[in-house]
Amino acid sequence: MNFQPAADTSQTSLEIRGISKSFGRFPALNNVSLQARDKEFLALLGPSGSGKTTLLRVLAGLELPDAGEVRFAGEDFLALPVRKRRVGMVFQHYALFRHMTVAQNIAFGLTVRPRAERPSKAQVAERVRELLSLVQLEGLEKRFPTQLSGGQRQRVALARALAIEPRMLLLDEPFGALDAQVRRELRRWLRELHERTGVTTVFVTHDQEEALDLADRVAILKDGELVQLGTPNEVYEDPATPFVYDFLGAACRLPGEIRGGRMTVADWETAAPAGAPQGPVEVFFRPDEVAFAPAGGQGLAADVRAVAQRGPDVRIECVIAGQVFELEAHGPTLPQGVTPGLPVRIEPMRPRVYPTA
Amino acid sequence: MSSQTASPAFRVHLPGLAPLMVLLSAAAMGALVVLPLGIVFKEALAQGWDAFREALKEPDAVAAIRLTLIVAAISVPLNAVFGVAAAWCIARFEFRGKSVLLTLIDLPFSVSPVVSGLVWVLLFGAQGFFGDWLIEHDLKIIFALPGLVLATILVTFPFVARELIPLMQDQSADEEVAALTLGASGFTTFWKVTLPNIRWALLYGVLLCNARAMGEFGAVSVVSGHIRGATNTLPLHVEVLYNDYESVGAFAAASILAGLGLVTLILKTALEWRHSGELSASRRH
Repeated sequence: MNFQPAADTSQTSLEIRGISKSFGRFPALNNVSLQARDKEFLALLGPSGSGKTTLLRVLAGLELPDAGEVRFAGEDFLALPVRKRRVGMVFQHYALFRHMTVAQNIAFGLTVRPRAERPSKAQVAERVRELLSLVQLEGLEKRFPTQLSGGQRQRVALARALAIEPRMLLLDEPFGALDAQVRRELRRWLRELHERTGVTTVFVTHDQEEALDLADRVAILKDGELVQLGTPNEVYEDPATPFVYDFLGAACRLPGEIRGGRMTVADWETAAPAGAPQGPVEVFFRPDEVAFAPAGGQGLAADVRAVAQRGPDVRIECVIAGQVFELEAHGPTLPQGVTPGLPVRIEPMRPRVYPTA
Repeated sequence: MSSQTASPAFRVHLPGLAPLMVLLSAAAMGALVVLPLGIVFKEALAQGWDAFREALKEPDAVAAIRLTLIVAAISVPLNAVFGVAAAWCIARFEFRGKSVLLTLIDLPFSVSPVVSGLVWVLLFGAQGFFGDWLIEHDLKIIFALPGLVLATILVTFPFVARELIPLMQDQSADEEVAALTLGASGFTTFWKVTLPNIRWALLYGVLLCNARAMGEFGAVSVVSGHIRGATNTLPLHVEVLYNDYESVGAFAAASILAGLGLVTLILKTALEWRHSGELSASRRH
């Protein structure tokens, strides 16, 4: 029997190659290359000024890059004007047409088509109904945007973007203007919607939790450059640079040194992690990935200054090698002997090591 | 947006002082605005309704009213278009010389209208820059309708643009961008998104522009030549009659201008009251 590989479902649909863009003397993007697979949910994550929004605007056709190439399904995307790209865009501040009803907003992309391609009134109404039920806003078609809550507005914006059957969805900090509760709800809902519609989606955010939670893969940008690209687990477990480590979660950092397979950090000596560089290093660990031991045990000598219980979490403020750190433990696992004023030993469970810059 | 009312907690109470200030302002308004305006109508009707009607039926008066309407009908729509274009490019694009353009738009506000009239004479008058060429081709600009229109356009240029710029800067370009990504052409985007979003502010600007266009005296006076029945607009007609001691005629014509002012005021107030949220920030209350 002839062995046939399974149909390739992970084929590349979006290909970005060597994109550079500067505004005046400010380089917003510097030689960024990445690919998104068909139906993939890709997050562009970075602090403000990292170029993530500029990259999204390049994809939408709102900015022309100074150099580089964007291909979508093999087609030269940069040669197409915005309106021919058929990308659905969702904005942080919704950008709903304020003088139109919800139904008119959603129908906009259909009603502005050239006469020959325009669906009939009945077809448009039917499509609006479908989309409203998809975004769970049935019955609100006659409302105006100002009569909706933030979360509802953003769902209308998404329905409007989906109405044109976009080849790609571009979301620019879509939950940035919403409060935490609605944000979490919409996040889950957006993920479900993506699974149902299967549209390749590029999502810009500065919220690492959102990116890790939602995306199939995360592209982390800094100062206009791509620092790391990988699945949420890959980037979280194996951050490529100290910046990524720091950006993806709370981080504690201490200087250390590695010689011949042994790592020394302050008064703590242990086996160096596999593949660690030699010489002076920066040692990083997460504040909740530490083991506490009595003063005579293994680990970094620490003086506990304060212990504060906040709900299920316990924050432990302590001084290690002259620096103040805020460590975290969880209520039931709060180790014995961690009391303000007493010395303990702290052993980072999964230290990560980067050569000193 | 429309519910932007000042919270009572932030209101300042100045006991004693506030009523005094209100009284003072009311007195000043009465003496400086209401009284003169009342006099205009009183004088216009001093010899009864018939004299008033006769004064307005007089051929020179009819010609002046017609000319004023024609000048406004040409210059106001043009300035509405210029104003939208200027506001749009200032609010939506970054370019070198933007602040220079902004200053230029404001120039007619800071320059005396007489100068705004004089520049056209210097350009198109018989002794002007293009004078010889115009005479050669038998074209009349100064002392004719084109001159009046040019002078009016120059003086009233800032009204629409000034009204729209802050509003459009306030409204981000997101809605327009959204329309483009949804497949709308630039033209469709303008008609279906940009224009509806600025319609009330545009109307407000047009209203002010029109009031000024019909009432403009200085600039128009320079280029008009004061040819009765031909190049006299309503404000010029008032002056001519007044200088001829025809007080009923002068005040009758003036009352039309004053009436126009009142209508403008009422419409303007109605707009502010009804659509304050869609006017530029400075007009909201």
